Amino acid sequence: MRSSEPRAPLGLAFAATAGLLFMLLPLALIFLYAFSTEERTYQWPPPGLTLKWFAVTWGRVDVWQALTLSVQVASISTLLALILGTLCAAAVSGTKFFGRETISLLVILPIALPGIITGISLRSAFNLMEIPFSFWTIILGHATFCIVVVYNNAVARFRRLHGSMVEAAMDLGANSFQTFRHVILPNLGTALLAGGMLAFALSFDEVIVTTFTAGQQQTLPIWMLEELVRPRQRPVTNVVAMVVVVVTFLPILAAFYLSRGGEQTVSGMGK
Amino acid sequence: MTALAEAGAILPSRGGIVGALSDLFWRRPKLLVFLMVLPALLWLGIVYVGSLFALLLQSFFYIDDFSGLIVHEFSLRTYAELFRAQNLDIIIRTVSMAAVVTVASAIVAFPVAYWAARYARGPWKAVFYLGIMLPLWASYLVKVYAWKLILAKEGILNWLFEQLHITFLLDWWLSLPLIGGNSLSISYTGTFLVFLYVWMPYMILPIQAAIERVPTNLLDASADLGATPRQTFWKVIFPLALPGIIAGSIFTFSLTLGDYIIPQIVGNSQFFIGQAVYSHQGTAGNIPLAAAFTVVPIVIMVLYLWGAKRAGAFDAL
Amino acid sequence: MTSAVSLQKVSRHFGLVRAMDEVDLDVAPGEFFAMLGPSGSGKTTCLRLIAGFEQPTSGRIQIFGDAVEGIPPYRRNVNTVFQDYALFPHMNVRDNVAFSLMLKKLPKVLRIKAAEEALELVRLGGYGDRRPGQLSGGQRQRVALARAIVNKPKVLLLDEPLGALDLKLRESMQEELKALQKTLGITFIFVTHDQGEALSMADRVAVFNEGRVQQIGTPEEIYKRPQSRFVADFVGSSNVLDPEFVYWIVGEKRWASLRPEAIHVMAAGQSASRMTGTIISKSYLGPVIRLMIDLNGTKLHASVPSNDAVPAEGEKVTLGFAKDALHLMEATS
Repeated sequence: MRSSEPRAPLGLAFAATAGLLFMLLPLALIFLYAFSTEERTYQWPPPGLTLKWFAVTWGRVDVWQALTLSVQVASISTLLALILGTLCAAAVSGTKFFGRETISLLVILPIALPGIITGISLRSAFNLMEIPFSFWTIILGHATFCIVVVYNNAVARFRRLHGSMVEAAMDLGANSFQTFRHVILPNLGTALLAGGMLAFALSFDEVIVTTFTAGQQQTLPIWMLEELVRPRQRPVTNVVAMVVVVVTFLPILAAFYLSRGGEQTVSGMGK
Repeated sequence: MTALAEAGAILPSRGGIVGALSDLFWRRPKLLVFLMVLPALLWLGIVYVGSLFALLLQSFFYIDDFSGLIVHEFSLRTYAELFRAQNLDIIIRTVSMAAVVTVASAIVAFPVAYWAARYARGPWKAVFYLGIMLPLWASYLVKVYAWKLILAKEGILNWLFEQLHITFLLDWWLSLPLIGGNSLSISYTGTFLVFLYVWMPYMILPIQAAIERVPTNLLDASADLGATPRQTFWKVIFPLALPGIIAGSIFTFSLTLGDYIIPQIVGNSQFFIGQAVYSHQGTAGNIPLAAAFTVVPIVIMVLYLWGAKRAGAFDAL
Repeated sequence: MTSAVSLQKVSRHFGLVRAMDEVDLDVAPGEFFAMLGPSGSGKTTCLRLIAGFEQPTSGRIQIFGDAVEGIPPYRRNVNTVFQDYALFPHMNVRDNVAFSLMLKKLPKVLRIKAAEEALELVRLGGYGDRRPGQLSGGQRQRVALARAIVNKPKVLLLDEPLGALDLKLRESMQEELKALQKTLGITFIFVTHDQGEALSMADRVAVFNEGRVQQIGTPEEIYKRPQSRFVADFVGSSNVLDPEFVYWIVGEKRWASLRPEAIHVMAAGQSASRMTGTIISKSYLGPVIRLMIDLNGTKLHASVPSNDAVPAEGEKVTLGFAKDALHLMEATS
């Protein structure tokens, strides 16, 4: 008999460590470059370290505008996704009905198909219906792929909720609305929080669909894309990149702590 | 309990209209389900599927060669255009890249997933979890940007080769046809590396989930029946992890097929499907051809998903 | 006197599946009533219809004379103890018990007092601040019980209330439930697949099979005078004798049941009886020994006190039993 926790083979340990480093080192590099004194190239090693660029970035109006737009878009998309996704998850997990599978498929489709398809579909639909690009056309696209994140989290939690708990509440005198408020919502709470934060992160970061649904407005990712294609102010881009990493990490860390011991809530996502 | 008055077998309805509505939901549970599904159904049905359908419809229109205007007549002419040499090249290039990226990420991802599922315990479990989650959720553009920094001529990779005095290796590699180029950041090798980096976390998670589902006593049983560790791996673990690999490949394949930003930023000027779609709908104004191009990844993915479903990969998602 | 619960020709069909088929049932006020049957026999569906989780396809249900068709569970003065307890994990024990009082907008002081009293009644005083997750299975079961009785419902429904407990705990809970029912004077209806539980606890038992009620009666009636082969077979371990065999003994072509303990086993030749058979197997069960005897191709179970001298396996024995021990049931079918 082998022991239940065997030592890992050396080759595996090496390959796994290398894989993990491959994933994490490039992100670490982002942090370092934000402090580089170099202005015109991506020179390694950085000739010197400075905090100057943080101050410069802080003073940039275009960065602030892009950031504000991104936060607004992400907040509203998340709110819409929370409402639509939770209701849909409740319906799908509560009962078996005709077309249940179709609805699951429909919810997952926007992330199962490449983002460019979602993007160009929406763009051509806006063109056909002569809807001008605006803040709301961005939201329309973002909420569509955010629904699935909330939906997945909520469905996983509903699965753990005993079906008899809803019956117990009704048995003890709670009508449908009271059951929702006193039993379902408190048990769904952390799952919704986790799903909402992930939806926010997804929307905050989205670029592919946004390039098709935004007019002249720049979300932060669109701003970055411009910089990537035509670098003009590398140091500012370095700082923005680092800030974006930090801003997306915080919800992930929080979601991780919220869902610890539970199912993996942040897995299985696409863009 | 003394506080409660003796009540009848049926309690009066409470809460006026809310109570009445609740009673209605109880009597017609399907109505409640319908009302709950309706908003999402309308949203996805109208906004998403509606747009998708409108796009597919336009792929059956075509551009008049003389006027450059879209002719709103049913025709397969635009699809025929897909088979022109230059467009066929784009499709073959994209599909090959997607395939190579998928195979490579499966190879790199497997040990990480296997370690995370089998050996990571206690705090290491959290380290691995976050180590996989953070790159997965880090901003896509930031990840691409990081590689722009890495692959730059004055960047860390060239510096590293120099320090180790193996720059000749890099030069040799870049001199190879097809995969080479003037520098890493404008070669297919560079494009491939960025794709691999950006999509690999999507491969790790399903594999990890599949391996975690293999009961440990199955491995003990295999060893007990006389299998060497190598045999146990190939005969027990690998077949059981395969649905996970296929599930992960759905992500890596689909995401590579549809991407148009990575090859635009790191790579030579040769188009991938995503770029073709983008340029045809944008500057060229050839919406029908752009639409026909989007049908390619959809068809490939539908076939792929159908195959994956038959291989039982959806249980590993 | 009106019945506590009355079912008239109640059916519940799920598509082609007839979970319940024309069931008639009357439960008297203050009665401890058991619904016994194998899984899928319709007993749980019956309970859910009374609670209001499901609605009958046809037929009438009355609770204390009031028709409850169209009345949702939250308006029925009936409470349920669930098989998996269904405690709310986000509330402590006290809030769980006081849940229904909270919905009735009872002042907080009274709510807490009533909840503590109910917990006291199930011997869980002082557990109010714990979370359901911190309790053992037996304790959770008591919380579920306290939560269901705090409201003093007209009828208490229990769905396999002891199913998840181990043997020892189950036995002590049986006693407690009986005592509790006496104290409260509430009508108890409980569902079980364990015939021992049903017989020892209930005033009356309804035996379910394939969506129909096979027999309703006191435990003694059910045990001693089963009306059908199914009841004889399911309740206890009666020998069900086929009509040919019964004809040979009493000259009537009917099915019959014979309790194992009613059979006397003697060494061959000790009696004039013509029933001579061979012992096929023998198992020691503590106070009794259980024998399987082959009698001209018919296999019979007999149980004899273990302090009697019992012949060994393979030996020939003569059997005897009192004529009235043979309980005749339905004719050939």
